[in-house]
Amino acid sequence: MNRDRTVDVLVVGAGPAGLALAARLATAGAGHVEVLEREEDAGGVPRHCHHGGFGGPVRPWLTGPAYARRAVRAAVEAGAAVRTGVTATGWAGALSLETTGPAGPERITGRAVVLATGARERPRSARLVPGSRPAGVLTTGELQQAVHLYGQDVGRRAVVVGAEPVARHAVRTLRRAGAEVVAVVTERSRGTAVPGVPLLTATTVGELRGRGRLSGVAVRHEDGRSGVLACDTVVFTGDWIPDHELARRGGVTLDPGTRGPSVDASFRTSVPGVFAVGNALHGVEPAATAAAAGAAAAAPVLARLSGAPWPEPGPRLTVRAPLLWVAPNRLTNLTDLTDLAGRPLLLRSGEPLTNPVVTAAQDGRLLWRRRHPGRVPPSRSLRLAPGWTYRVDRAGGPVVLGLG
Amino acid sequence: MSATAVTAAVTATAAATTVTTGGALPGEEYDVTVVGAGVVGSAIARELARLPLRIALVDASDDVGNGTSKANTAILHTGFDAVPGSLESRLVREGHRLLSSYAADSGIPVEPLGALLVAWDEEQRAALPGLADKAVRNGYRAARIAPAEEVRAREPELGPGVLGALDVPGESVICPWTTTLAYATQAVRAGVALHLNCRVQHITPGDVHTLATSRGPLRTRYLVNAAGLYADEIDRLLGHADFTVTPRRGQLIVFDELARGLVRHILLPVPGALGKGVLVSPTVYGNVMLGPTAEDLDDKTDTGSTAEGLALLREKGRRILPALLDEEVTAVYAGLRAATGDEDYAIRAHPAQRYVTVGGIRSTGLTASMAIAAHVVELLADGGLPMAGARDLEPVRMPNLGEAFPRPYRDAELIARDPEYGRIVCHCERVTRGEIRDALAATVPPGSLDGLRRRTRARGGRCQGFHCGAAVRALFEEARR
Ligand SMILES: Cc1cc2nc3c(=O)[nH]c(=O)nc-3n(C[C@H](O)[C@H](O)[C@H](O)COP(=O)(O)OP(=O)(O)OC[C@H]3O[C@@H](n4cnc5c(N)ncnc54)[C@H](O)[C@@H]3O)c2cc1C
Ligand SMILES: Cc1cc2nc3c(=O)[nH]c(=O)nc-3n(C[C@H](O)[C@H](O)[C@H](O)COP(=O)(O)OP(=O)(O)OC[C@H]3O[C@@H](n4cnc5c(N)ncnc54)[C@H](O)[C@@H]3O)c2cc1C
Repeated sequence: MNRDRTVDVLVVGAGPAGLALAARLATAGAGHVEVLEREEDAGGVPRHCHHGGFGGPVRPWLTGPAYARRAVRAAVEAGAAVRTGVTATGWAGALSLETTGPAGPERITGRAVVLATGARERPRSARLVPGSRPAGVLTTGELQQAVHLYGQDVGRRAVVVGAEPVARHAVRTLRRAGAEVVAVVTERSRGTAVPGVPLLTATTVGELRGRGRLSGVAVRHEDGRSGVLACDTVVFTGDWIPDHELARRGGVTLDPGTRGPSVDASFRTSVPGVFAVGNALHGVEPAATAAAAGAAAAAPVLARLSGAPWPEPGPRLTVRAPLLWVAPNRLTNLTDLTDLAGRPLLLRSGEPLTNPVVTAAQDGRLLWRRRHPGRVPPSRSLRLAPGWTYRVDRAGGPVVLGLG
Repeated sequence: MSATAVTAAVTATAAATTVTTGGALPGEEYDVTVVGAGVVGSAIARELARLPLRIALVDASDDVGNGTSKANTAILHTGFDAVPGSLESRLVREGHRLLSSYAADSGIPVEPLGALLVAWDEEQRAALPGLADKAVRNGYRAARIAPAEEVRAREPELGPGVLGALDVPGESVICPWTTTLAYATQAVRAGVALHLNCRVQHITPGDVHTLATSRGPLRTRYLVNAAGLYADEIDRLLGHADFTVTPRRGQLIVFDELARGLVRHILLPVPGALGKGVLVSPTVYGNVMLGPTAEDLDDKTDTGSTAEGLALLREKGRRILPALLDEEVTAVYAGLRAATGDEDYAIRAHPAQRYVTVGGIRSTGLTASMAIAAHVVELLADGGLPMAGARDLEPVRMPNLGEAFPRPYRDAELIARDPEYGRIVCHCERVTRGEIRDALAATVPPGSLDGLRRRTRARGGRCQGFHCGAAVRALFEEARR
């Protein structure tokens, strides 16, 4: 194999986002579209989500593995090259990636490069949970692979930390592996209970106990009550962080809210020729959202291939507490409003919202204000219609989204 | 834990090697037994392995280097700040020289980054000339005082308020895991019997001492106590009460590799009236470390972290290197220093009992390990251990865990010869199947997933197993079946 190769589009990550993009590009005749996947199998996170709820919005839902297989097949049948067991390890130039696989290191240059590297849950250490360092401390990602891909034992009594939807999947996986789930613990004041499992809200994990194997989790309620939940397994769920290493090593500007690459409505990052899609942009969204973003990125990638200029950066798009992030979050002076047609902005809050009124302001000037009926939990993004962005002054200060 | 005695397979470089992890100990009588396979005990066993004697190295844990030796700040010290004239001063200075050259020969990663002791207030600045002086009294002549502008230019990310620094160019960072493992590997290949999961519980002294262990009796003529935090307890079993070990806990936070660009040197604190302070240091794995705390405890097993300790570290870290706190945390751990209340090592020979105690190896034992070993073997010789027939050891070459040196995943030739080195399993740390396979089949194989991590870095990265945990566990369990 050549040590140095050039392709038309190089996609890093064969999850729902990267695969959907590759399928669309290959169908559109984008030339040589190559997708690199570091795992032995393509498909991304759904590969080990053995539950329904993937795909849509048209039902019936698929299981994760079925959804992953379908996505891989679509990309391959469209003519994209999906290479598994190949990792992009760093950059050799602005649009050149260094890769490694069983066939050896390579340097692959794309006329366009797309980062579709997904996201991970913050593990116990990153959450600074004190205590001992016993075995039996997992994230949902590891739990699902342990149970569904390897049939490993995961303990008898488990505590699940977090109240995002992924916590429910963790409970289900634990039960399927024969473990009893003692409690679901969340710092939040509300969360969705799973039948048969006590939900401890407004509760923090203060300490892990046990030597060798976990023996318990010390918890504290905000009212001061505290106790120890005896367990041999604890699963830290949610609290997503984009896998942004490659982006950062490539000098791609990150958004301080999402911690993923900052992109405009056409998925263009700060580095000309480098796009980013899917969970790599903001942490976890449903697979269909990631795939839709991937598909929507095809048009701007094709435009890049046919020589469209890379836009100059415009004002920053930011949020005010309790809002956490918005994506896209980069306004560019060429952002064509048609890019945005039908593509909402995703807005995340750190607190549950009821009938929120969202405002957009620039330099003290109100650009837009709208009430969104209904309840929005912190685990879900609010979708904002983008119709107001034409009012932004491209030469002005940051555009701030807040609650009115 | 497997209940059967395991004798590792014949390796390419040595005759049959003996590493046992369970079952009754072989009935053999040893000439010398070293209790404790930390960095110090392993170095001693390696030094003894030159002699045509029957040597045993025993440890209560399932692995070598599984006590304090795995959880420290991993600095190869020059000894510039030791107590001048102390045994520690001499052994650290010699150890630095010995280990530097051994590391280069054995593939133990070392990065000679140099240290800056940064002064943040007038008291600290006023202490710098005294420290420079002390360095000279410790035989270290390259230290000098650097003005604030120079410090700033060399460390642009430092927080505001720097008044100057002591520049100690000879300080390095090293891989503590590979160091202990290299000693133990070389010792075992030279014929030392390594018995793990083997706790010494009682000792019946005699012409031949009988140690009652968790795996049955072990008979030995000479005995070396390198039991770290428990050295005082072993000492008492032989009737000595010279010192008491108080565990002094040091908690540490390890930041993501993406933080590595923020710091170029080892940033040491200036010791002052308010204690030693915390350091910020790159690791050879490419992370940045912040710590340690210093807390006197009663419990010799309490290697847990605490909310207060982590909050304190973050507060200090924010002052030293503000941008560090924005980076993700990869790991948190704590180690226990073997403090004795004395400002020196407690290495004592008891020739009548053919016994040497290696106690109070406080916060420099990694650096001093080879010099301690040489010193201990001299003490044993003085006590009558025959030194005849010493030979050179077969050199050992360890797998590289350091970021500053070539790693298998980038090595085209290696991958061409064996594609397993191109199959990355642990993505955050770029650890390949080939490396994991090698570690599992090594002379001293890991006894747990943590042991595998210390040999390969697998599961040691930012995701802590989210992506690879189950895959690495599967490889480990398969190898043990
Ligand atoms: C436990 C759990 C349950 C879920 N349940 C549902 C559900 O019921 N319904 C639903 O719709 N969604 C669900 N999701 C969310 C869904 O799985 C994700 O939204 C979706 O997988 C995101 O797709 P992606 O392509 O952005 O990222 P990923 O699926 O994470 O794919 C990224 C890919 O990039 C690869 N990669 C990363 N870096 C590199 C590199 N340097 N070189 C090569 N390859 C690289 C990774 O190996 C990975 O395969 C769930 C997620 C989890 C964790
Ligand atoms: C926070 C911290 C930072 C440090 N930083 C540095 C540094 O930067 N540079 C440096 O040079 N040094 C440093 N040190 C010091 C260094 O880590 C120690 O001096 C060194 O590891 C001591 O090694 P050891 O072999 O004596 O002890 P250990 O590693 O504790 O080994 C003792 C062994 O004895 C075994 N054992 C105990 N009792 C029994 C028994 N009854 N039977 C059988 N086995 C037994 C234990 O299982 C253990 O494996 C630091 C220490 C700490 C805690």
